[in-house]
Amino acid sequence: MNSALEGIRIADFSQFWAGPYAVTLLTYMGAEAIKIESTKRHDGTRDISMTTGRRYAGLESSLPFAEICANRLNVALDITKPKGAELAKRIVQVSDIVVQNFTPGTMDRLGLGYEDLKEIKPDIIYLSSSAVGTTGPERNYRGFAPLFCNQSGASHITGYADGEPVTMGGKIDILSAMTSAFAILAALNHRQKTGEGQHIDVSSTESISALIGDVFMDYTMNARSQTRKGNRDNIMAPHNCYRCKGEDKWISIAISNDDEWRAFVDAIGNPEWAKDGRLSDAYSRKANEEELDRLISGWTINHTHYEAMEILQKAGVAAMPSFSSVELLSDPHFKARERAVELEHPVIGKITMLTPPWKLSETPARVSSPASLLGQHNSYVFGELLGMSQEEIKALAEEQVIY
Amino acid sequence: MSEKALEGTKVLEYASFISGPYCSKLLADLGAEVIKIERTGVGDEARRRGPFLGDIPHPERSGLFLYLNTNKKGITLDPETQTGRKIFLELVRWADILIEDKPPKEMEELGFTYDKLKEINPQLIMTSITPFGQTGPYRDYKAYPLNVVHGAGSGYLAPGGSQNLEREPVKSTSFSDDAACGISAAFATICALLPRWSTGVGQYIDVSKQEALMAMDQVELCQYPNEGKVASRKVDPRMAIRVTPCKDGDMMIIAMDDRQWKGLVSMMDEPEWTKDEIFKDILSRMQHMGEMLKNVAPWAMQHTRDEMYHTGQERGAPVAPIRSIEEAANWQQFKERDFFVEIDHPKAGRISYPSAPYKLSKTPWEGGAAPLLGQHNEEVYSTLLGYSKEDIVMMREAGVI
Repeated sequence: MNSALEGIRIADFSQFWAGPYAVTLLTYMGAEAIKIESTKRHDGTRDISMTTGRRYAGLESSLPFAEICANRLNVALDITKPKGAELAKRIVQVSDIVVQNFTPGTMDRLGLGYEDLKEIKPDIIYLSSSAVGTTGPERNYRGFAPLFCNQSGASHITGYADGEPVTMGGKIDILSAMTSAFAILAALNHRQKTGEGQHIDVSSTESISALIGDVFMDYTMNARSQTRKGNRDNIMAPHNCYRCKGEDKWISIAISNDDEWRAFVDAIGNPEWAKDGRLSDAYSRKANEEELDRLISGWTINHTHYEAMEILQKAGVAAMPSFSSVELLSDPHFKARERAVELEHPVIGKITMLTPPWKLSETPARVSSPASLLGQHNSYVFGELLGMSQEEIKALAEEQVIY
Repeated sequence: MSEKALEGTKVLEYASFISGPYCSKLLADLGAEVIKIERTGVGDEARRRGPFLGDIPHPERSGLFLYLNTNKKGITLDPETQTGRKIFLELVRWADILIEDKPPKEMEELGFTYDKLKEINPQLIMTSITPFGQTGPYRDYKAYPLNVVHGAGSGYLAPGGSQNLEREPVKSTSFSDDAACGISAAFATICALLPRWSTGVGQYIDVSKQEALMAMDQVELCQYPNEGKVASRKVDPRMAIRVTPCKDGDMMIIAMDDRQWKGLVSMMDEPEWTKDEIFKDILSRMQHMGEMLKNVAPWAMQHTRDEMYHTGQERGAPVAPIRSIEEAANWQQFKERDFFVEIDHPKAGRISYPSAPYKLSKTPWEGGAAPLLGQHNEEVYSTLLGYSKEDIVMMREAGVI
């Protein structure tokens, strides 16, 4: 057994991040995925980055696309043409899973909805990922990661207590994708036991709300609508990020009980202020948090974040720098765990990617290639997999069904 | 009657607080049988954390605990005692999956390493969820959710859109990142389960929360090796995703590609300023985001969020309000999809819980109460493991359970 999902094939009709990354997660575990795009309607991530505003030249130079759509085959097929849709169906016939995240209704109009595909492949597992789900009054509304975050309630409670709501971007899509990938696995487990396929309707917005269940429970139990509180915790203090020596360097420190507090005070050299009775127990520390944070900053500012981390961790106090990417990727722990890999992309050249984040002892997760070029695997998929002749393929290419 | 997706899967949870419990909640809610071990006396850390029903602290009325532990069976056990250790191993023999989140050293001291547990149950899948994984220099470091978020580079990117870097980076909201690590772990765990049904091969899964979170920011983090750019929380003026204040709150607009821009223009009934050359194409629009927002604002201030949301969406503009928790909880779309479900609990009563973000047509998600501390001791110890009533009384008196 080499990989956990060996022999599982995915027909991937999805685009941007939330759909594609769910597929990527499954490919890390050994599933084979075929991304279906067309020149006319290609994945938008090939063009531009919403967060940095960067526009990419041509269709093959987008780094986000190369990373998010890694590890899979690619065919260029125009599914808006009847013959293209027919071919898509043939790909589905030899697949186990369909993933799509068009605005609800789009795939049905192309004859590629769950009901259509179930006819030709009864045990298909069909995932529809959408902004707010495929049912309900707003099912046709469009959205991207920032909107999922905003509608979920999460933006409103993220950020400085005295600042604006904070909208997270790409990561929100990734969270939705993980949710989708997990649901697909559960359905796969059911299929393995019963032979039965099914439709999965994932709402990206709900996938974010589900991560802050405790906050919603506070509302349903106590009618409290929580707001922003920066790094702070409801009961722990100190619980913040403190400025260290250097430019934009910070350390996070969190203390949950009196033992840790005493260890902390010892580790920073028993300053006078720490003897203050107003800081001696958890309640008083929380009550005097503003002042406490100011006093701790007075110590951290004289240390680099790495120094502070080492001093405090040695004393058993939870302290970690707020790492930047450059620090993280050269950090000794990151290196020891061999978390980066360099891969070759035919147009971009060398690309550094992170390896999949789990270490499975028997079926290791792997990333083997960045995204494929548009249509790179036309001949393998149409020729070998579907058994079409060169003439057939050529004829369809002339009709611009296959590109 | 439909079978549940993970029916027949036996899970032993030896975990506390957020990631581990959320991981096994995901499995329990889809039909896995989860036995949760809580330390005798104190129980799960989440029990002493709010929100509490009526704001009165009570270990059986923590909204955090109730949410993270639905559909599980709960037992109390002290694995540090000789008998407790023996029972733990009996439960390991019963389980298909063990989910644990203890510091690596603690598991070693208890003799609960995978190598030892595999001797008892060769087909065991063991998932360990720790801040920094089982190897490497930070293996034994202590980290609360706050420290994991910052240590993973996620905090450094927030709050995105900062005007300056004088203020501190912030964590993600509530415990969302720790819960996200739970999904990541659940995904890996089921991946190990699928081949196990046919091959009988168990395995060990090392989940580092730091790495789980880094993977979610991979595109930002890898900008450094790939483009020499260090991503930070500082705003990029070209960002096409912006917030505009309106009559009754904040509204987010996305006007990147031509279709989205046309939708936005149509939403505002095609004002003159939109015809300006500087808004003619995507690149130019992104260079003039400031101008665009200045022009949108007066119109937005004349309209409510609902007007903008529905009109905009109908005309193809991806716009949406920033909802407070109260607004999200009362949102019609959530209601129509039954996103909140009522669950009865013996001590907390009948309250509304967020359900799951997925609807599986054949094997639906189902809500069920979280266990009281030690609620299933009798059932697990006598029915499952075969201890007598007398044994159980003695173990209780000895503080084992």
